[in-house]
Amino acid sequence: MSAASEAETRFEREDTRRRWLLSTPALLIILVAAVGPLLVVLLYSFLAPGSYGDVRWQFSSDAWFNVFLERDIFDDTLAPAWAHLSIFWRSMKLAFITTLLTLVFGFPTAYFIATRDERTREIWLFLITIPFWTNLLIRTFALQEVIRQEGLLNTLLLKLGLISQPIPMLFTDFAIGLGMTYVYLPLMVLPLYASMERIDFRIVEAGYDLYASRFGVLRRIIVPLVKPGIIAGSILVFIPSLGAYVTPRVLGGGKSMMLGNLIELQFGQGRNWPLGAALSIALMAIVMIALLFYVRNASRGGPTHG
Amino acid sequence: MQWKQTVLGLGLALAGSTGLAHAEGELNIYNWGNYTSAELIKKFEDTYKVKVTITDYDSNDTALAKVRQGGHGFDIVVPSGASLPAWINDGLLLETRPDQMENFKNMDPQWVDVPFDPGRHYTVPWQWGTTGMTVNSSVYKGDPNTSAIFLDPPAELVGKINVLPELTDIMPLAIMYFGGEQCTSDKELLRKVRDKLVEAKPKWASIDYGNVEKYAKGDAAAGTNYNGASFRARLLNKDIVYGYPKEGYPVWMDNVAVLKDAKNVENAKLFQNFIMDPQNAAMISAFARYANGIKGSEQYLPEDMKTAPEINVPAEFKAAGKFNVTCPAEAQALYTRIWTEIQK
Repeated sequence: MSAASEAETRFEREDTRRRWLLSTPALLIILVAAVGPLLVVLLYSFLAPGSYGDVRWQFSSDAWFNVFLERDIFDDTLAPAWAHLSIFWRSMKLAFITTLLTLVFGFPTAYFIATRDERTREIWLFLITIPFWTNLLIRTFALQEVIRQEGLLNTLLLKLGLISQPIPMLFTDFAIGLGMTYVYLPLMVLPLYASMERIDFRIVEAGYDLYASRFGVLRRIIVPLVKPGIIAGSILVFIPSLGAYVTPRVLGGGKSMMLGNLIELQFGQGRNWPLGAALSIALMAIVMIALLFYVRNASRGGPTHG
Repeated sequence: MQWKQTVLGLGLALAGSTGLAHAEGELNIYNWGNYTSAELIKKFEDTYKVKVTITDYDSNDTALAKVRQGGHGFDIVVPSGASLPAWINDGLLLETRPDQMENFKNMDPQWVDVPFDPGRHYTVPWQWGTTGMTVNSSVYKGDPNTSAIFLDPPAELVGKINVLPELTDIMPLAIMYFGGEQCTSDKELLRKVRDKLVEAKPKWASIDYGNVEKYAKGDAAAGTNYNGASFRARLLNKDIVYGYPKEGYPVWMDNVAVLKDAKNVENAKLFQNFIMDPQNAAMISAFARYANGIKGSEQYLPEDMKTAPEINVPAEFKAAGKFNVTCPAEAQALYTRIWTEIQK
């Protein structure tokens, strides 16, 4: 082994050590602020509920048992906890539909922006980020003002004579879909745009030269190239929608619970913190599984861009 | 060396500011949001040369959880009667003996021997109210004084009802509708309650707050509501009426208490005494639009509140009102499951 290569390995070793040292503050913050509380939540899920909220320091697996199974309130028979399962299912469905809707609306938007010239692109991107300036709650209530019975939209349609009486829009599934799509759209557009921007549009032209149809170009060229953006956008939209809580409650009228509401109920009026903790961990597990699924799906396609 | 001086300066400034925070002439109030009259606080500050800071919370559970952790820095908290036993049992409150304070003579005798603080050894009433029905009389002309409004809604109200997302209000209403007692764990009765709620839910438009605008603007034509909110809705829309369910309805009261680890105990006691003065109590009510528990405050109330049927419970409905209580964990667990069941 030559002296030069020895010096090189020493340098590498030092470099590694320096990197660890430099990342220690960040790792510490993650450990203290993210892993720590999570462990507390995990611990709480194995304790007994206190009589006025909080927990009693006594081991109990009741909370986990109650996440999935329940004894009937009235005849004591054991059955799957259908109420919890259907709430889990509703949240998953909502997250899935939101992801799909934002993709459907976000894809053309991102494509439109990516195909503008550089200066106008910046203006469009800027416009996309404007909603982030205002708090989510305020935007949701503003939307309520637009679609309510005597709201902006109904008043306008009535004045134009297009309808003779207000269309009920608030507190419907339409309202939830509208709200969720509106709130999460930027989170889909931005990663889509980031990967579209990198496309060499000469490839698209080449596709046309080789007599590909418009749909063929989209399916065989653009979509594969944008796939990392689609995956990133879907993850960014899916995860927060799964725990969405404000939008379904304010626009959907809160008649049906989402996972977020169910968890909040246990920590608040329900006074069953262990069950709330167990439900939260279950939600995280779902997110984790969904993530793994996405990532594996993504790698199965192989590297799609150079 | 510049940065060392900066750090030193910052440290000194910090030490100085925390020193100030504990100086005399302060009072830290932890109260429900949008509930404290600024006029009242101004008067207290001017009278006693005390700087008052107000922090908001949104539910008894939030307040309880935060105070339990300690290090909160609050002197005064305003829990509902139903959650007071939890505060007292946990030893979180200071026994300030308001019953021996100078202004206690103004207390309305009906609020002295309350179940959550018999003889008023800890607390002073802030405001009290009822949970009843709000009905838009232009949509429904019938009797609003029944829980049937939301449990067995008349045809013209179907699909136009809002129900409060508070199981501690809705469960008592539904239980009393079937003649039961609050906190019952009678399964036969609870089965009827569950079945009725499940049957009624498709006829509701929403389970939500927003108790003033929603009725005034016609998003909901009826529903369960707090009396003060219903009153505010009527001021915006004259068709709104408030009903007291004859089958029984919850009465709640929020109470001013001093925390055991308060730093400004003397100021906090002064505040308890201060709000038992009729003129000051009237300021509380004039702002949040609920009744207080102080005799003689009526004359200082705004004109529109003096005769409001939402604030002054008509004699015929008085007996149906029942103090909200915190149910034992066992009954509560059943209620949470029923509540989850209807919203699944």
